[in-house]
Amino acid sequence: MNKIASAFASGKAFIPFITCGDPDLETTKACIREMVSNGAGLIELGIPFSDPTAEGPVIQGANIRALASGTTTDKIFEMVTELRKEINTPMVFMTYANVVYSYGSERFLAACARVGIDGLILPDLPYEEKEEFLPVCRKYGVNLISLIAPTSAGRIAQIAKEAEGFIYLVSSLGVTGTRSEITTDLGSIVKVVRENSAVPCAIGFGISTPEQAAKMAAISDGAIVGSAIIKILARYGTDAPPYVGQFVKSMKQAINGLHLPAAG
Amino acid sequence: MTNPKGRFGIYGGQYIPETLMNAVIELEAAYEHYKNDPEFQAELSALFNDYAGRPSRLYYAEKMTKDLGGAKIYLKREDLNHTGAHKINNVLGQALLAKKMGKTRLIAETGAGQHGVATATAAALMGMECVVFMGEEDTKRQALNVYRMRLLGADVIPVKSGTATLKDAVSEAMREWTSRIDDTHYCLGSVMGPHPFPTIVRDFQAVISREIKEQMLEKEGRLPDAVLACVGGGSNAIGSFYHFINDPEVRLIGCEAAGRGIKTFETAATINTGRVGIFHGMKSYFCQDDYGQIAPVYSISAGLDYPGIGPEHAWLHDTGRAEYAAVTDEEAVCAFEYLAKMEGIIPAIESAHAVAHALKIAPKMERNRIMVITISGRGDKDCAAIARYRGEDINE
Repeated sequence: MNKIASAFASGKAFIPFITCGDPDLETTKACIREMVSNGAGLIELGIPFSDPTAEGPVIQGANIRALASGTTTDKIFEMVTELRKEINTPMVFMTYANVVYSYGSERFLAACARVGIDGLILPDLPYEEKEEFLPVCRKYGVNLISLIAPTSAGRIAQIAKEAEGFIYLVSSLGVTGTRSEITTDLGSIVKVVRENSAVPCAIGFGISTPEQAAKMAAISDGAIVGSAIIKILARYGTDAPPYVGQFVKSMKQAINGLHLPAAG
Repeated sequence: MTNPKGRFGIYGGQYIPETLMNAVIELEAAYEHYKNDPEFQAELSALFNDYAGRPSRLYYAEKMTKDLGGAKIYLKREDLNHTGAHKINNVLGQALLAKKMGKTRLIAETGAGQHGVATATAAALMGMECVVFMGEEDTKRQALNVYRMRLLGADVIPVKSGTATLKDAVSEAMREWTSRIDDTHYCLGSVMGPHPFPTIVRDFQAVISREIKEQMLEKEGRLPDAVLACVGGGSNAIGSFYHFINDPEVRLIGCEAAGRGIKTFETAATINTGRVGIFHGMKSYFCQDDYGQIAPVYSISAGLDYPGIGPEHAWLHDTGRAEYAAVTDEEAVCAFEYLAKMEGIIPAIESAHAVAHALKIAPKMERNRIMVITISGRGDKDCAAIARYRGEDINE
């Protein structure tokens, strides 16, 4: 079983996202430890980019803060190296195509393999362009994660058939950010995915409450949450780690059906 | 020249979120259909001629020619188009296409405001809703154009993210498009972004070089020796170059904004200072740091203040078919003033970059040589900013 698959092996996965270096890498490290000890199944690490076109204002803010604190791709590789001494939870990078391309795709993926990164999510890399990075991802055993959107009609089967690691199902139109309601008929998209692929399918974009996470995880294999965590970091800064831990715990409990609080 | 995936050599492509893929596929299919539809082409020609005032004049700048003492200089007067710039060519084409596709709403990014004004104009003409994203910094530099867009019925949304200039306006328009696709067409203003935009915009702007060719053959009985145009994203330049690409005897020269100089960080000269990357849907040259973070570029010209360049230009550069020169703010301002005094024509500060390069090379060319400079827009919008640059505060 590959490492990402193991994240989904014991029930629904809760997948928290964090922008590395917001507000600094020490805080990111502490948050990741909290995420792991509170039940995160897989962790999505954002490498900051100057112009994150798929993000809403909340994660844009995190990218700006991270770059302002001097965060670089190399410093993030170092951070992962240190974390890997104590943490075995699967970790994937989320960043933009130019961050990888500019670093040198081969050099970037070799470093991912060396430090123990299991997958790569590039929101500006659709199915049509995946050959740009797929061969080198395969060479280094890093899963290139496919995204499926509410507007993917006619493309879902094709994308799912070639997917590896897990499938990132985008819950709604637009950019990342919290939404009060998710109205896309995700159940029918998941059905097509299941018919065409054995890899797990997790839902992200707009999930902020335990109730939403429980709903999304109920129809898929897991829930991905970004902006709600970034909001905690924006509010508490370097004091954020315990609050992030609490939040991850409540979300994990909700998707496991252990505890379903009222919508908050 | 374009392969099926919208590549120019290694450049171009479709590096966009999955959410937008069906939208660009639908756009490509619609364009492939309508570009060969005689009815569509007839409607577009009628709009070009009766509404936009085409063909634009090819004017022999006799005084300037004598003053410089070298090549014979012609000005392609895109500044005389309705709305005052070449931008209207592309916008009329895309708005008509969007209307045929059943879209009722146009969104656009704008730098100097010329593309925003053109889009607002086409939306008014065709009865469509219009929202224009403009960097907050640019809304200050180009307050008059903000007023014009609102007068034409558009909503202008100041973009505060990033450097609050053109690249951020593009990012915000892309974000808006991912959230509302059904009724909305993103009317991209330059030969950039994901396929099929670089091809669609080029085809609509190619009317410039088609006319130059016809007019030049009529006036001089031969092709020009050089064609100069300013380059930000590169739409007026590709429009000016396109029908000459297969005429190797015609030198094609794009003039980039060097800002305070290509040795400084305050520059927007992408070919001269950038390297290959992937951004805003395309692989091309971008101004960026060692880690691929897009650089906060600078130019006095809001319309050239963009960290990338269209993929076809990247390819024309690599193959050596076109040359890309860097022109500083100071040189552009001098050329702005020169053309005003010499020919009674106030060019847009963007176009003044091409004029500035002509001032350098025309005197070195023989008198039997012919040069065409595309004056992509008129300079009324820039007068207050240039006055400020010269230390004079005038009230718009």
